[in-house]
Amino acid sequence: MKKKIVSILLLAAITAGALAGCGKTDASSQTAGGIENVEEGRVINIYCWNNEFRERVEAVYPEVKETSKDGTVTTLNDGTEIHWIVNPNQDGVYQQKLDEALLKQADAAPDDKVDIFLSETDYVNKYTDADADVAMPLVDLGIDPDTDLADQYSFTKVTASDANGVQRGSTWQCCPGLLVYRRDIAQEVFGTDDPEEIGKKVKDWDTIKGTAKELSDKGYFTFASYADTFRLYGNSIEQPWVSEGETVIKVDQKIMNWVNDSKEWLDAGYLDKTVKGQWNDDWNKAMGSSSKVFAFLFPAWGIDFTLKPNWDGGDGAWAVTNPPQEYNWGGSYVHACTGTDNPQHVKDIILALTADKDNLLKVSKEYSDFTNAQSSMQAAAKDDANFSSDFLGGQNAFQYFAPVAENIVMAPLSAYDQGCVELIQNSFSDYLQGKVDFEKAKANFETAIKERYPEITEIQWPE
Amino acid sequence: MKTKRKKIDYSKWGYLFILPFFLCFFIFSFIPLADTIRYSFFEYYRSGIKEIGPNFIGMENYASLLQSDMLKYAGNTLVLWMIGFIPQIVIALMLAQWFVDSRLKIHGTQFFKVVIYLPNLIMASAFAMLFFTMFSTNGPVNAILSSMGLISQPVDFLGSVFGTRSLVGFMNFLMWFGNTTIMLMAAIMGISPDIFEASELDGCNSMQRFFHITLPLIRPILAYTLITSIIGGLQMFDVPQILTNGQGSPDRTSMTLIMFLNSHLKSKNYGMAGALSVYLFIVSGILCFIVYRITNDDDADGSKAAARKAKRKRRK
Repeated sequence: MKKKIVSILLLAAITAGALAGCGKTDASSQTAGGIENVEEGRVINIYCWNNEFRERVEAVYPEVKETSKDGTVTTLNDGTEIHWIVNPNQDGVYQQKLDEALLKQADAAPDDKVDIFLSETDYVNKYTDADADVAMPLVDLGIDPDTDLADQYSFTKVTASDANGVQRGSTWQCCPGLLVYRRDIAQEVFGTDDPEEIGKKVKDWDTIKGTAKELSDKGYFTFASYADTFRLYGNSIEQPWVSEGETVIKVDQKIMNWVNDSKEWLDAGYLDKTVKGQWNDDWNKAMGSSSKVFAFLFPAWGIDFTLKPNWDGGDGAWAVTNPPQEYNWGGSYVHACTGTDNPQHVKDIILALTADKDNLLKVSKEYSDFTNAQSSMQAAAKDDANFSSDFLGGQNAFQYFAPVAENIVMAPLSAYDQGCVELIQNSFSDYLQGKVDFEKAKANFETAIKERYPEITEIQWPE
Repeated sequence: MKTKRKKIDYSKWGYLFILPFFLCFFIFSFIPLADTIRYSFFEYYRSGIKEIGPNFIGMENYASLLQSDMLKYAGNTLVLWMIGFIPQIVIALMLAQWFVDSRLKIHGTQFFKVVIYLPNLIMASAFAMLFFTMFSTNGPVNAILSSMGLISQPVDFLGSVFGTRSLVGFMNFLMWFGNTTIMLMAAIMGISPDIFEASELDGCNSMQRFFHITLPLIRPILAYTLITSIIGGLQMFDVPQILTNGQGSPDRTSMTLIMFLNSHLKSKNYGMAGALSVYLFIVSGILCFIVYRITNDDDADGSKAAARKAKRKRRK
């Protein structure tokens, strides 16, 4: 609910300024301290969209002393304070706030400067842009990607690099996605909950459709919502939404396949009609024990961060297996912000969080997060004793994650990905629910995307 | 030479006392207003973290707004406003009439006045959030209805045009009818009791009294309520925004003008948003002018006009 409250506050602020013509709020630049610090600043400002990064820092960064009760300030051993500035990702709120801060970065007082910010795969491209130069090249911090980050999965390094191949961010996680299913439903419908057996039933789109039929005959839904399968299609697009230097959006055939397949699945009753999209109440409830939904498509963070809190039953009710198609969902990149007054701390944090093998292994162990260290993950896949998850009934999920991670091919990115992904789902949501026809949904997408990105001149649909 | 003091002039104190307001107004309202109008002639937005513009483009923003769906959203706004306003004014009139009618002897009017005003104190967005949760497909309202056996399938309130629009209207009604009731009560109490007494002596029943005496005499206040409500309705934002997650779903049928404005502000498109604001400003300005004419009308009951008409007739 925290997200909602924040968004309400934001809305109130927007309303207040709306007719008055977006009155510029004079952020009275606080003369913080006033003492010219030759050394590191006293405050590290970190922009992020939830508590995930904070929890990881608390877990593995050795300098952490304590975090205030409300979770906004973490004090380090040397007295430096980390200030967490959290804004929800939804509706682009996080980026708005971050952009605001980045534009003021040059004039901000040292302790008000952004030191670290996070970005998601959907918009990492916008911030690693070489011209914008808001994320420092890691080399400038004293991190050599070739040696220090050698064990990272190479696609994560490519994703965090600008067009010239300079790496400007680093991540601790790698997000291969799996299919997570309810053991009790599997037992009832298929007579087995063995991940190997279930894996065979969902191994590709044709097979899973047959499986969906079986589930629906027994009154179960295969997935909760059409949005659940979007990533599998959306991350395998062949061309970027917007090519470098162009202002034309090219909708990939894969996206249209998603629309057509979703329509078919929804009409056949394989998806729950009452769940409209993700990240809403209905979707959360679909993960509860009273729901009729068989499976979700989640990467490691999804299981730990979304499924677990929403599940109201005991441990061991869920299991993972291979997805119908290999995919990657999400991934939070850590960037050092240009102009930071705490370069040493920032470097330490990035190295501790994303390059230290022991730390990464610890995160994997404690949070079942699939971390960005190839050799460790391969070892973890074989180490059932240490990496079995109670939540998954003692299953070692890494056994399934590792092969997916190695086969991930990142879809070509563009700075417009988040808006496109969000708005195409919104627009076709009406079509899938039968509110508008296909052509109208296309037109609605065109309108919405041009509002979000005024520079877009044309939208090309596949034949 | 001695100047002759004609009278003591206190007016400078008056100016001094109203100065703070004008200063605040100038800084916080007037300058942004002028800026908005200025930017509406520019191409000025943000692409990623790069700022585009401001480049002067004349009336282009205005023209492209006219080609967009702006009028459709204006229509939506009007429909949403009407769904809320019609029940609001009817109920408010009825309640106001009952509350001031001394012969009905309603006990605890003060209590009811407070209660009906209460919804207005809740923040609109909190109210919308509440309704959003209550009327979601798996929400409490559906749960209650199905446990009572009234429905077999959950009703998709927010998925239908009718459901979404009527919920928005209903919320606006709940929030504002108390306010209107109190305003109309003040208007009715302003009517001289002599007139009511006289009408009763003439054998007027309560229906006639309401339609032929109360209603005509509170006409200026009614008009005022109408116009201020339209202006408020033009700026309708928080309720539909929260209820539909800013999408105006389904199919943008509950997208209001200000929500449209807001979606331009996502990309910091000050140019386009400015042009839209100017359109709204003009419409609100016209409405304000009308209300000004009505409230400053020295011929509220139409007697002067009638006299003029009669005079003209006589001359013929």
